[in-house]
Amino acid sequence: MVEVLKHTPLHALHLELGARMVPFAGYEMPVQYPLGVMKEHLHTRAQAGLFDVSHMGQVRLRGPQAAAALETLVPVDIVELPVGLQRYALFTGEQGGILDDLMVARLADDELLLVVNAACKDADLAHLQAHLAGQCGIEALFESRALLALQGPAAAAVLQRLAPQVGSMTFMQVATVVLGGQPCYVSRSGYSGEDGFEISLPASEAEAFARRLLAEPEVAMVGLGARDSLRLEAGLCLYGHDMGADTTPVEANLAWAISKVRRQGGAREGGFPGAQVIFDQQRSGAERKRVGLLPQERTPVREGAEITDAQGHVVGHVCSGGFGPTLGGPVAMGYVAAHLSAVGTPLYATVRGKQVPLLVAKMPFVTPRYHRG
Amino acid sequence: MSELRFTVEHEWLRAESDGSVTVGITEFAQQALGDVVYVQLPELRAYAVGAEVSVVESVKAASSINMPLAGTVLEANLLLAEAPERANEAPLGEGWFFRFRPDDASAMADLLDQAAYDQLIANQG
Repeated sequence: MVEVLKHTPLHALHLELGARMVPFAGYEMPVQYPLGVMKEHLHTRAQAGLFDVSHMGQVRLRGPQAAAALETLVPVDIVELPVGLQRYALFTGEQGGILDDLMVARLADDELLLVVNAACKDADLAHLQAHLAGQCGIEALFESRALLALQGPAAAAVLQRLAPQVGSMTFMQVATVVLGGQPCYVSRSGYSGEDGFEISLPASEAEAFARRLLAEPEVAMVGLGARDSLRLEAGLCLYGHDMGADTTPVEANLAWAISKVRRQGGAREGGFPGAQVIFDQQRSGAERKRVGLLPQERTPVREGAEITDAQGHVVGHVCSGGFGPTLGGPVAMGYVAAHLSAVGTPLYATVRGKQVPLLVAKMPFVTPRYHRG
Repeated sequence: MSELRFTVEHEWLRAESDGSVTVGITEFAQQALGDVVYVQLPELRAYAVGAEVSVVESVKAASSINMPLAGTVLEANLLLAEAPERANEAPLGEGWFFRFRPDDASAMADLLDQAAYDQLIANQG
């Protein structure tokens, strides 16, 4: 069976720029441009990278009950999320596993914008419709809106030339900004560990706007390859690799994302799927944990590699791994038995039958440069 | 320096005057691999044809370098251990992988010549 891959609104531009296209989550996406993964990564950390992330799913929830309704699916404070802010959230399952991770932006008192993973967006939409129908309006913007990310230390200077008001935004703030005559939702956030913005705009405007940004001298197009190495150095999870339906937020080291008011003893305690499982784990500890791993040799240690202790007993596995261009060496994340999760613990990964020494390391690996104001 | 021979796995081979053969990856291969970040060099020993002698790790994935002809590896390019990016920058020069003594030197003639290799990559491009 031949899978028909979908295109984002920037598909023609990617081809024109010489991108190498690969299938990703049902889309044909640029993994790299002629610059190459390494230079695209370093360019993002030095200046500004432009990413097409239009494959991700945008969903609008509308209505006076939208925030309260969404809280029944995520362990996050949405009701008191101020207009003009966004928050990281997780859809949890009945067993406490993570169905997806997402950003929730409060555009207005009665309006939320969700950004979910491309591979999960159809399931997420069905999940929202199954649980929230009748409580709020649910509008999938999958075809109608594009999403661009402009990331890097020059991102703010560049975007301010087009929209001066974005300069005063701080990390995780959201604003409706008119760009090229069209209302766009701009958030100061991203997936690279750098300062930057994500810009949701009408699909019909995406190519012209991308070209406008690429005309700025600091901006280069960056593909999914460097997006992955950037987020890995920043210690950020990739859904389906670093967490999924079989991992809880506690195991995934994402318990920080559970808002205080939704925790045990909080004012709006629980009330999301799997709350009891998650609370039990928060009390008594999970058996395994996601940790950062720094291989002590030059060979990259990749997803799926077994992790062993000094005696050769399997104690976990690598969930993401590769080469960190900014670190100048290999970098990984993995799940290990909780008693081996302390920073500095020596472990081994099995690579082509050989034991590569690892150290459990603090994340992020590269200091984030979010603009907290 | 004699003319180059090629394999369908995008290795080049050059017969040296001392009877040894130098092996590297082609320009096409280095482009397809992307940025090389680690090279696991061969051991200095005999390998069968097709045996994995080396591994190239790029930013994207690990790829095997297989023995193009049966023979004994005499020397590995230690520069690649310190500067794996040379495999991208100078695949036909400083970024060579290893030198070996083929069991049967005449087998070189069975490999692709430049014209046949150019045809191969034209079809893959």
